[in-house]
Amino acid sequence: MKAVPDAAAGRRIDPATKRLDRAGELAVSDFDTYAVEEALKLREAAGEGEVVVVSMGPDRAMDALRKALAMGADRAVLVTDSALAGADALGTARALAGALEKEGADLVLFGQQSADGLGACLWAAVADRLRLPVVSQVSELTVGDGSLTGKRQTEFGYDTIRAPLPAVVAVSDAINTPRYPSLKGIMGAKKKPQETLAAADVGGAAEPGTTVVELGSPPPRGEARKLEDDGSAAEAILEFLVEKRLV
Amino acid sequence: MAKTLVFLEHHEGEVQKASLGVLAKAAQLGEHAGVLVGSGVRSLADGVGGTVWVADDERLAAPLPQPRVDVLAKLVRDEGYDTVLFGQSVLAADVAAGLAARLDAGLNWGLVDFDGEQGRAPALQDTVVVDVAWTSPVRVGIFRAGSLDPGEVGGDSDVRDAEVELEDFSTAAEMVEQAHAEQQGPSIEDADVIVAGGRGLGEPEKFALAEDLARALGGAVGATRAVVDAGWYPYSAQVGQTGKTVAPKLYVALGISGAIQHKVGMQGSNVIVAINKDPNAPIFEYSDLGVVGDLHEIVPKLTELVRARKS
Repeated sequence: MKAVPDAAAGRRIDPATKRLDRAGELAVSDFDTYAVEEALKLREAAGEGEVVVVSMGPDRAMDALRKALAMGADRAVLVTDSALAGADALGTARALAGALEKEGADLVLFGQQSADGLGACLWAAVADRLRLPVVSQVSELTVGDGSLTGKRQTEFGYDTIRAPLPAVVAVSDAINTPRYPSLKGIMGAKKKPQETLAAADVGGAAEPGTTVVELGSPPPRGEARKLEDDGSAAEAILEFLVEKRLV
Repeated sequence: MAKTLVFLEHHEGEVQKASLGVLAKAAQLGEHAGVLVGSGVRSLADGVGGTVWVADDERLAAPLPQPRVDVLAKLVRDEGYDTVLFGQSVLAADVAAGLAARLDAGLNWGLVDFDGEQGRAPALQDTVVVDVAWTSPVRVGIFRAGSLDPGEVGGDSDVRDAEVELEDFSTAAEMVEQAHAEQQGPSIEDADVIVAGGRGLGEPEKFALAEDLARALGGAVGATRAVVDAGWYPYSAQVGQTGKTVAPKLYVALGISGAIQHKVGMQGSNVIVAINKDPNAPIFEYSDLGVVGDLHEIVPKLTELVRARKS
């Protein structure tokens, strides 16, 4: 899971560090709640098992992870270390893989992207580190008999993929409707086990493989034209398309 | 000088246009090659041009990412490529991230340009443009769909065999079934023109308006997330889903209010035309031509006018 700056508060990149400004309130990335929901459903269907949420971020991110505990997850693990601040995809994948290796889970679930960085691929890096099979963009998941079957959405349609456990799966937000935490869940969340790990616990901090050189503003769009249809809008649009050499 | 490898994604016997766009970009930067991975894909290399590595193996038939990571990682190591570039897709993102992890390579994504040293990537709903670089010996980059023009690629290819050595864990996942939607005309990733429909169409049947106009303009039909979720149109047409950004030369938005997720998915389009009956629809803020009016009246007329002009 990833704790991201609250969308309501707006997201910005700190010009000094060239990193996403995480100084404000942090919330669980919405996309991750689908993964939590799916894990809870699997546990409920199996009648046993443990759901652990794992994240990396500043120590304040634990507050955000409590939402997952309130939904019903059993415990939370947060990898937090100043040496990991501003880690890129490579560093994040390494650290998460380090933490997940300790857990030895049967199934590692990811949300389909983070709500801020939109890096829709971290799971594949983590799976490679863990040397586990990976299935992403899964909109239907069944687990049993030591294997999983996932229905994967691609640009071309649906693929059905089977993989043995343990495995890594990234779920799409079409997979379920995440539950809201109950009042009882919220009250109980604080008492659930919450562990923090330092960089040294997860194999150390990696040298980043990427860097941000400069931030700029996007080029402005040209003059926008707006007109009300007076019965000749179709002609006006065609004229515009001809002018732009699009027809 | 960069030595660049480009992942050539293919579907139903055709190399994807996005991959060819990336190959054209790599060709501008110096030594480069494409790589085709699959089963029975050798013939696809013919029209690509330049050096094309072909990993042809039955075990590579299904479009699964991990065996592709194995093939690319071996090529990079054996042949000394320092840069591996991809065009964004569901498959390419997984291959790129797996490869970056395997090679301890930095990964930058959402690129719209690359000069051999730095890449450019819009971020945070495209409110900022970030110039990024790599500090690792091997660099992995993913370009946004539609951000590059295949332009001049093509011609005779120097086809070379890539060795295929697969890891056990890479072949653990298996394809059980592939259900591909019938596709008519170009996909939204490959189209120069997209006519997209939203809730403002009123009902699923009215997508015929978008289809007719798209056909007249030689384009593809797109759909907003809201109408795809409502079952009005297939998922493959959805604009603004995870990582799926489109950047056609012309984007026509019909009855789309223009929520942020949609905006992120299409604002890289060269020219945006929007028709919406709500004068306050957010989409007008980023349209080149905004028309306030009833699309059910305007679109059929426009389709006729375009047809008449083309004939």
